[in-house]
Amino acid sequence: MKVLSALVAVAVLVLIAAIGTGLAPLQYVFGVVVPYAAFAVFVAGFVYRVAKWAKSAVPYRIPTTCGQQKSLDWVKHSKLEAPHTTGQVVVRMLLEVFLFRSLFRNTRTNLEDDDDGGKKLVYTSSKWLWLGGITFHLAFFTIVLRHLRFFTEPVPFLVQSVEGVDGFFQMTLPALYQTDLVIVGALTYLFLRRLFDPKVRYISLANDYFPLLLILSIAATGILMRHVWRVDVVGIKELAMGLASFSPTVPDGIGTLFYIHLFLVSTLVAYFPFSKLMHLAGVFMSPTRNLPNNSREVHHVNPWNYDVKVHTYAEYEDEFREVMKAAELPVEKE
Amino acid sequence: MNKRGEMLTGLVIAVFLVLVLSPILYNFAVGNARSVPDLKPPPGGEKQCVESKEWMRGNHMQLLFDWRETVVREGNRTYRASDGKEYNMSLTSECLSCHTNKDEFCDQCHDYLKVKPYCWDCHIVPPKENA
Repeated sequence: MKVLSALVAVAVLVLIAAIGTGLAPLQYVFGVVVPYAAFAVFVAGFVYRVAKWAKSAVPYRIPTTCGQQKSLDWVKHSKLEAPHTTGQVVVRMLLEVFLFRSLFRNTRTNLEDDDDGGKKLVYTSSKWLWLGGITFHLAFFTIVLRHLRFFTEPVPFLVQSVEGVDGFFQMTLPALYQTDLVIVGALTYLFLRRLFDPKVRYISLANDYFPLLLILSIAATGILMRHVWRVDVVGIKELAMGLASFSPTVPDGIGTLFYIHLFLVSTLVAYFPFSKLMHLAGVFMSPTRNLPNNSREVHHVNPWNYDVKVHTYAEYEDEFREVMKAAELPVEKE
Repeated sequence: MNKRGEMLTGLVIAVFLVLVLSPILYNFAVGNARSVPDLKPPPGGEKQCVESKEWMRGNHMQLLFDWRETVVREGNRTYRASDGKEYNMSLTSECLSCHTNKDEFCDQCHDYLKVKPYCWDCHIVPPKENA
């Protein structure tokens, strides 16, 4: 049911764009108004979410650790698993962001046959999710970078070289990009994993399936435009350049497939700040990752501690000494 | 929020904005948004290409790719167009006989979109007539 609702949502989006530009003359709406609105929602929503997270109280050091914390000099400190300086935190964060290090660990519990014909409990590190995740992310990043050729004139050298490397094998014309194959493969794996692994399926929600199917549709429409039902690329660049330089124009004769692609991308971008995709910023804002593990090293004072008025016994006795003496109560100071 | 948190938040937002707005900033700074391809029609006055103009615009690369396969692997040089007319399958002596100027035809769109066709790895760019 959850898969189905996500699938229907994507199908409806495709239909909206197809009808809006294929049957109705709404090219300006789908080519200019919707992308601008989506972009504005994306930027404002992103900043809003980050600012909102920043306001959360983080009174304690709560980094997730999985190694020996900094202790006496003769105790070996695990610098990456329990970083205690900002530098170590930065290194751990970089490894997390670029290599998905914590996902690489991904310990799984399995029952395996032992030598006596019985079963034994083994813990293994499952790499498939990590592999699917990192190949998807790197492919997506490369594809976004490659798309800058539509938004820049002259095209920066970096973008050109990325494109050259991506089409390195010169298969088919126009050249087949390796990242296109990789992203479709990785997304398909990530999607099927949710469908066919009963444990993952049980915890999967519609908002887990939706981004996968949406991005898969974006990739599919992009590949179709390049290799099957070709669209007017020059017109598309004119449209993109118009958007990026705030003087939008909508050239005639760009295929409906392009508007479907653009509408799906607009949806993704507008949906982004309000979805689980915000882990893009969340990974940096996560106190379990961005704080050094120095709770026993530095005295952390809660910044909004209430200033409690105390009345010590010495002060009490000073105040009531004469009365206490008169009542023959023992006093510490005469 | 402490000082550390403020710096981190500022950094995340600043990096995000710079990355997201970079194409816009780039176009304002060094960009040339107004330049669009300007294709010159064939100087010989030929009006009819091998296939229709609209079809060629999207699929010329596929046509050239097929021509190359057919010529090099099958030794067949005759192309029967969809209107029944027959053409000699050759980039240099058929396509370029009308589109004589690579700079004013091929390169216009290819440079605009930074497409680098490998035709010219093997084929020689014909010398310009007036050069």
